[in-house]
Amino acid sequence: MRTWLPPLAFGAGVLVLWQVLVLALAVPAFLLPAPTAIAGQVGAQFGVILPTAAVTGGNALAGLVAGFLLGVALALLAAWSRPVRELATPVVLAASAVPIVALAPVFTTLFGSTTEVPRQLVVTVVVVVPVFVSTTRGLRQVQPVHADLMTALAATPWQASRFVRLPGAVPHIVTGLRLAAPAAVIASIVAEYFGGPQNGLGSRISSAAANTAYARAWAFVVAAIALGLLYHLAGLLLERLVTRPRQ
Amino acid sequence: MSGPAVELAGVDKVFGPVRALDGIELTIGAGEFVSLIGPSGCGKSTLLRVVADLEQPTAGTVRVRGKPAAQARLDQDYGIAFQQAGLLEWRSVAENVELPLHVHGVPRAQRRERAAELLEMVGLTEFARSRPGELSGGMQQRVAIARALAPKPSLLLMDEPFGALDEMTRERMQAELLRIAGETRAAVLFVTHSIPEAVVLSDRVVVMSPRPGRITEVVAGRRPGSRPDLAPDDVEDVRESAAFFTAITDVREALRKGHG
Repeated sequence: MRTWLPPLAFGAGVLVLWQVLVLALAVPAFLLPAPTAIAGQVGAQFGVILPTAAVTGGNALAGLVAGFLLGVALALLAAWSRPVRELATPVVLAASAVPIVALAPVFTTLFGSTTEVPRQLVVTVVVVVPVFVSTTRGLRQVQPVHADLMTALAATPWQASRFVRLPGAVPHIVTGLRLAAPAAVIASIVAEYFGGPQNGLGSRISSAAANTAYARAWAFVVAAIALGLLYHLAGLLLERLVTRPRQ
Repeated sequence: MSGPAVELAGVDKVFGPVRALDGIELTIGAGEFVSLIGPSGCGKSTLLRVVADLEQPTAGTVRVRGKPAAQARLDQDYGIAFQQAGLLEWRSVAENVELPLHVHGVPRAQRRERAAELLEMVGLTEFARSRPGELSGGMQQRVAIARALAPKPSLLLMDEPFGALDEMTRERMQAELLRIAGETRAAVLFVTHSIPEAVVLSDRVVVMSPRPGRITEVVAGRRPGSRPDLAPDDVEDVRESAAFFTAITDVREALRKGHG
């Protein structure tokens, strides 16, 4: 309660100030609509916002799952095999330097503009990196006493991974997922700015803005923020659930 | 069971410029309790790790139950406990005890039964489903010992397992270990830097000196039940006996000689 109250009060204060300034200074709507106007549009467009957010959220989720599985699988392969490690590590780290805005139009041309696949691919690329990096870190951190124990028990390398390395890495893996979750939503929205079906939050924001419906554009921005928060909180909750029994 | 548990002949171990072990000759009989004592860096832990096949000797032969050390490790002829309990915190206490059996493909029902048996032996039955993090240091160490005993080894290797415990807990654990060693009839190789601990637990106390790590002397311990004049279950009596203090003095002098 005490940790929730100050940011909530701050947010409410900012909204009130925003409203007062917009009214007092008669700010034109294309610069900044008033919060009440945006709230009105959220209400009016609610029937559109929900399915739109579902499309964007669905793409984020598909990419998140694919990127997560790929990141963990690559990290496992890299941990077991030296050639894979030497190949995969620079490639994945290079992927972190790839600007998704550069990839989105290319994927759209590649897969056609009637499918969600290019957007999901963009999300996958964004998610793979943090998941791979944190999983690799987790797999490396084996306590010496656990390594000795596995040797003393004559465990095979696969058994050592199954009994010690992988479960020991779980908190790191989940942290990677938690970091990737909100990034997946951002990637999913931004990817919509570069073509494809006009059915997600990103395309709605750009088309509303292009039609000078500024309050409507802001209403979809609000929905995008809510979706990002939802993914962030879900990631946080998952991390808590997984790491708590270990304390 | 016949034949010695451990035979070491002419064992050397060199780490770069350091002679950690030098010409070690030691035989541990079946069911015998032998402590290794000496100052830090005398190679006592290295010696235990050589027996466990966690380190390879530079020269000499190591046989465990008549087999090369590597074969004995693969056959799970020994159980091992380290200074840190080293429990897997994502497994319950019972699952930690089951670990050696799990690694070696023992069916679940049998594993459960054995874990229950061992937890009863170390007095932790009601903690079977707890997480290791919920247990005190002494309790965790008891779980580690139960885990070491899971495959019913005829040899127990213990590397300062009570080193991190307070004195009261430590004495209780010593009594418990004596009872367990008696019940299981396992031979024990026990590394410690506590003189009273070595004396009260052991049939023989092996005194080592550092650089190069050598065995300088072997002193008879006062393990309860090891001789006609020592009752099997009276650790407290041993701790207060004159012979106990004499043995402590003997070990202390042997240590001092090794140092000077």
